[in-house]
Amino acid sequence: MNILVCVKQVPDTTQIKIDPVKHTLIREGVPAILNPFDGYALEAAARIKDKNPDTKIVVVTMGPPQAVAVLKECVAIAADKGYLVTGRTFGGSDTLATSYILSHAIKKIEETEGAFDAIFCGKQAIDGDTAQVGPEIAEWLGLPQVTYGLECEAVEGGLKVQKEAENGKQIIGIKFPCLVTFTKPSFDPRYPTIKRKLAANRAKFEQLGDDFDSTMDKAHYGLAGSPTHVKKSFTPPVKQGGIKIKEETGAESAAKLAKILTDNGII
Amino acid sequence: MEAKTKDLWVFIETNEDGSPKKVGLELLNPGRDLATKQGGKLVGVVIGNNVAEAVEQAGIYGADQVIVIEGPEYQQFTTDAYVNALTYAVEKYAPTTVMIGATPNGRDLGPRFSSRLRTGLTADCTSLDIDEETGNVAWTRPAFGGNLMATIMCPDHRPQCGTVRPGVFKKPEAGENKAEIIREDYHVAPEDIRTCILETIEDAAGEMVDLEGADIIVSGGRGMGGPEGFNTTLKPLADLLGGVVGASRAAVDSGWIAHAHQVGQTGKTVGPKLYIACGISGAIQHVAGMSSSDCIVAINKDEDANIFNIADYGVVGDLYEVVPALTAEIKKLKEA
Repeated sequence: MNILVCVKQVPDTTQIKIDPVKHTLIREGVPAILNPFDGYALEAAARIKDKNPDTKIVVVTMGPPQAVAVLKECVAIAADKGYLVTGRTFGGSDTLATSYILSHAIKKIEETEGAFDAIFCGKQAIDGDTAQVGPEIAEWLGLPQVTYGLECEAVEGGLKVQKEAENGKQIIGIKFPCLVTFTKPSFDPRYPTIKRKLAANRAKFEQLGDDFDSTMDKAHYGLAGSPTHVKKSFTPPVKQGGIKIKEETGAESAAKLAKILTDNGII
Repeated sequence: MEAKTKDLWVFIETNEDGSPKKVGLELLNPGRDLATKQGGKLVGVVIGNNVAEAVEQAGIYGADQVIVIEGPEYQQFTTDAYVNALTYAVEKYAPTTVMIGATPNGRDLGPRFSSRLRTGLTADCTSLDIDEETGNVAWTRPAFGGNLMATIMCPDHRPQCGTVRPGVFKKPEAGENKAEIIREDYHVAPEDIRTCILETIEDAAGEMVDLEGADIIVSGGRGMGGPEGFNTTLKPLADLLGGVVGASRAAVDSGWIAHAHQVGQTGKTVGPKLYIACGISGAIQHVAGMSSSDCIVAINKDEDANIFNIADYGVVGDLYEVVPALTAEIKKLKEA
């Protein structure tokens, strides 16, 4: 099998703090990490490879040159090869434009790696949180999709994907070629081994630059080719803390709270 | 595509029994406001099987017009059937705006549908308005794990689309149903539905939890210290109040309670009338999932916990003392 995993380098949003005076994000010192959901997608591919050793796992990322770090990390974990899509003209792309570029990059990579049976993505990136790029790549490429995947297994000609559904889980059957996005499974993804880490440090990654595909239409990517525009961004208004209750004992505090909730018709 | 009308469409997602999901009705509330400002009709779009109830409710909650696409292929959600049906209807009537509830299905359908029309979509919005200068919808949504809000517009492509979080808006007041019903006889062939639902595994009855529909949620976090307290301490209070038990990511990741209970960025987004956070520190990822609750109560030993900054009422104390006493006290007040 031939699997492509799309990954993104993101700031670790759990470590972002707000400047209390300027109300802006403090980005300095925030580590850049592999988007956790993309890590789950890579793990899903690795589990298929565990059972089907002739599987090839290729990773692709789009971003600035330093995003090559996540390709290295993916090779250290499980991937065989990685491609970096990077170009100034790609900057400012919204999700539709990003998925347009990526869908062309995927076709380009297939010229070297052969057609992919499955494309795996994280459900969403933790910086943008849109969960759009996966389904949008599937649309540009005309592939069927499953979102919110938890784990999957390869079956004859396709995949059986277990996905999160509203009141439980569903098992979905889908034929190759297809695209699956992954959310957090019940198990932890594997860590890199020392041996793989060393190999990853030596790995070379091919770059797809601004002109990798002359058939791409400039009207579909970059800031000008993006249908959505950010009009403004701001830090959420800080809600002022309300009434604090701190009596002598827990029971007294509870009694006071119960009275407040009842008197105000909340319960 | 070009918009042929100034209408605003709200996708009314249905359950398998043909009843509407709550978020579709909720969206009729801001939908009415935006439709009026846009100078067009408020249209509900119902896709499903045997959806009489959803169609009726869309009218009761204020849709001027309801477009219905019905068939057995729509009973269970599949990306292909729903995207094909919604695209068909949107191309035929060309509304200027389409809003979809940001449920798991809505977030599967939304980007697939909007990219087919080569238009823009803003995901997971929490606030909506019309930009006075341009008349475009101003879609506001959290990013960076709730640390930043962004207002996004789609100026030159139609329809402008967005998915909107459940629980952020309240259902409008019910009124007289004056909706005009339009039935579209559109069907999707079995071979065009490229996924197949092989099995549905419902959470065990004990694990079923409707966080998004709950009026009251009693949630536990790291301060619970273990799994037992969810059943012995939080559940009695939740049961007494007719609510459900929620949890923070820390508690779920520790294996104390199932993920179905998780509130926050990687769990459910909720907006109950009352949210009681017990032993929850208030990480921004958690707050992002519950800050639109009408009333927030925090119970925490740590007086400096972030959760107190957003709580309407904060009790500084040990949850294992406060919660049982609160349960007993409320029982007493109810009986009095």
